[in-house]
Amino acid sequence: MSLYTERMILSRDQLIGMYQTMQRIRSFEEKSSELYTKGKIGGFLHLYIGQEAVGVGFISALKEDDYVIGSYRDHGQCIAKGTSTREIMAELFGKSTGISRGKGGSMHLFDVKRGFLGGHGIVGGGIPVAAGVGLAIRYKKTDQVVICFFGDGAVNEGAFHEALNMVALWKLPVIYVLENNLYGMGTAAYRASSIPDLIRRASCYDIDREQVDGMDVLAVREVAERTIYKTRTDKEPRFIEAITYRYRGHSISDPGAYRTREEIEEWQKRDPIMRMENYLKENSMITDDEIKAIREEISAEIQDAVEFSENSPFPSKEELYTDIYA
Amino acid sequence: MAANITYREALNQALREELQNNPDVFIIGEEVAQYGGAYKVTEGLYKEFGPERVVDTPISEEGIAGCGIGAAMLGLRPVVEMMTVNFTLLAMDQIVNNAAKLRYMSGGQFQIPAVIRTPQSLGLQLGAQHSQSLEAWYAHVPGLKVIAPATPADAKGLLKSSIRDNNPIIFLENEMLYGTKGEVPEGELFIPIGKADVKRQGKDITLISYSMMLIQAMKAADTLAKEGIDVEVLDLRTLRPLDAESILASVKKTHKAVIAEADWKSCGMGAEVTSIILSGAFDYLDAPVVRVALAEVPMPYSKPLEKAAIPTADDIAAAVRKIMGKG
Ligand SMILES: Cc1ncc(C[n+]2csc(CCOP(=O)(O)OP(=O)(O)O)c2C)c(N)n1
Ligand SMILES: [Mg+2]
Repeated sequence: MSLYTERMILSRDQLIGMYQTMQRIRSFEEKSSELYTKGKIGGFLHLYIGQEAVGVGFISALKEDDYVIGSYRDHGQCIAKGTSTREIMAELFGKSTGISRGKGGSMHLFDVKRGFLGGHGIVGGGIPVAAGVGLAIRYKKTDQVVICFFGDGAVNEGAFHEALNMVALWKLPVIYVLENNLYGMGTAAYRASSIPDLIRRASCYDIDREQVDGMDVLAVREVAERTIYKTRTDKEPRFIEAITYRYRGHSISDPGAYRTREEIEEWQKRDPIMRMENYLKENSMITDDEIKAIREEISAEIQDAVEFSENSPFPSKEELYTDIYA
Repeated sequence: MAANITYREALNQALREELQNNPDVFIIGEEVAQYGGAYKVTEGLYKEFGPERVVDTPISEEGIAGCGIGAAMLGLRPVVEMMTVNFTLLAMDQIVNNAAKLRYMSGGQFQIPAVIRTPQSLGLQLGAQHSQSLEAWYAHVPGLKVIAPATPADAKGLLKSSIRDNNPIIFLENEMLYGTKGEVPEGELFIPIGKADVKRQGKDITLISYSMMLIQAMKAADTLAKEGIDVEVLDLRTLRPLDAESILASVKKTHKAVIAEADWKSCGMGAEVTSIILSGAFDYLDAPVVRVALAEVPMPYSKPLEKAAIPTADDIAAAVRKIMGKG
């Protein structure tokens, strides 16, 4: 376990980069929630607001050619992997300029160029797929890794256990990141698991595991650097549980009566973006003016993404029948 | 006495009455208890009947289906809710290999009086993994019965009959129908499984449909009536066993048939209905049987594409006009 000995050292640019990405995700989703109520976006819309530090902390530590797999709560991870907010917003609008050409929607973002392998709507559906990606990486003898994100509800699916056994048995370079936001839809995690301590789900497969504060992007990044380094080096799977919280309902249509306002407010006090901002200020790495400039820049970027989406065409009728077979 | 209630309320009444009627009946599924059901069909039942009769589960579809089947082997009468039909795919092995076969393989030693309720949905921009119609998959399997009611009264009467039936039943609801209203007789209401229903009498052509498409078929029939085409609308209601007798009786009367279905055409429900018509009423037909079905694509998210994929009342009316030589 002593593969990684050095402390993580990040440059000011890297730190500000993480802050910007979290802010970009937050603004993107706040805007998309607003556009949903205006009828510009349809279907299900699952927001990542509150959980940004997990996706950003991990994905910022990856190389460009590494892979990421997510669930239906996928906007943040896709943005972090480098897909433009234009392409994602246009997908939410169902436009032909969207990253999945309007065919996937919010739950099914895919960006093969940037290594974002979905966007999976079935709970746990991406977990075995990640094992397959790990298998292909080993087969091709590259030094890539794949990170697979999923929720506390997904650990109760059979697919989770089948995949964990295989990646451990065959030593595949897969990093499973459990985003424990304490609820799967309206069910508190402890009501659905025989052991409340979900990280122990990895222990019976003897997968190297660690828990991290998912509301602290620096803590996540540190665990990510170490984990990715280890997996890239020894090709063995890893399992990380990030404790986090979603501020909004399960999806935009969920009134969320199963949680108290106090509980939500308590978690919001640990807001990852606010914490990072304070950290940067306390360490004199950023000024109030610079923060203001970043916010304005991002807000202009999101506005541009909305206009781009508005002005893009819907897919043509012929597209209904394309992409079914290769 | 009849009340004008929603499809959702009708299902809720059926569940409540059957929970009251028989202590062996219980409900199990994701979010069915404390949350009241993802689509609020089980609302209030947890409060009334408590955690032993209305059971919240982890997200574990194969496990949930297996629990229902095992409990049914010992004589309980589980009503399993699968949050949507899409997730029944994770329970397919339990449903097809166990629920449907345990009686037969054991030489009749067991019966599996389990109901698996689940909504299908189309047209809500939920994308390919959440917008599909799998009725033909289940209707293919001997040992299962498949129900797909379109009206609140049928929903209530068929759910009550299903819970009292001694066989495994796939009970397909529809998200688009939950909020629709209709007259439902008060008190005990049982609608026989395996019986289709003439929802509208007519003499010119038989329009066969079920579930959400039945609503479109009725709309099409209204439009066509104004044009002087007298359409008979037959609601299948049960998809396995199919009511061949009612299908043939209607087609023998009208000599023409259109089938409107919301599943994929290849190997879809309409193929089976067509086969029944061709083998039982071939000599009565004045025109080929025509099917109106879903586009053969995974459902796209984008609104205009999705719209183009799902048949409407207009599409059905156009198909009828064409057969009638008025298109
Ligand atoms: C197999 C399957 N079952 C049920 C659902 C419906 N569903 C969607 S998300 C969800 C909760 C998942 O919770 P969790 O894994 O904790 O992820 P989170 O939503 O909290 O990110 C459920 C039950 C589904 N999409 N797929
Ligand atoms: Mg969760």
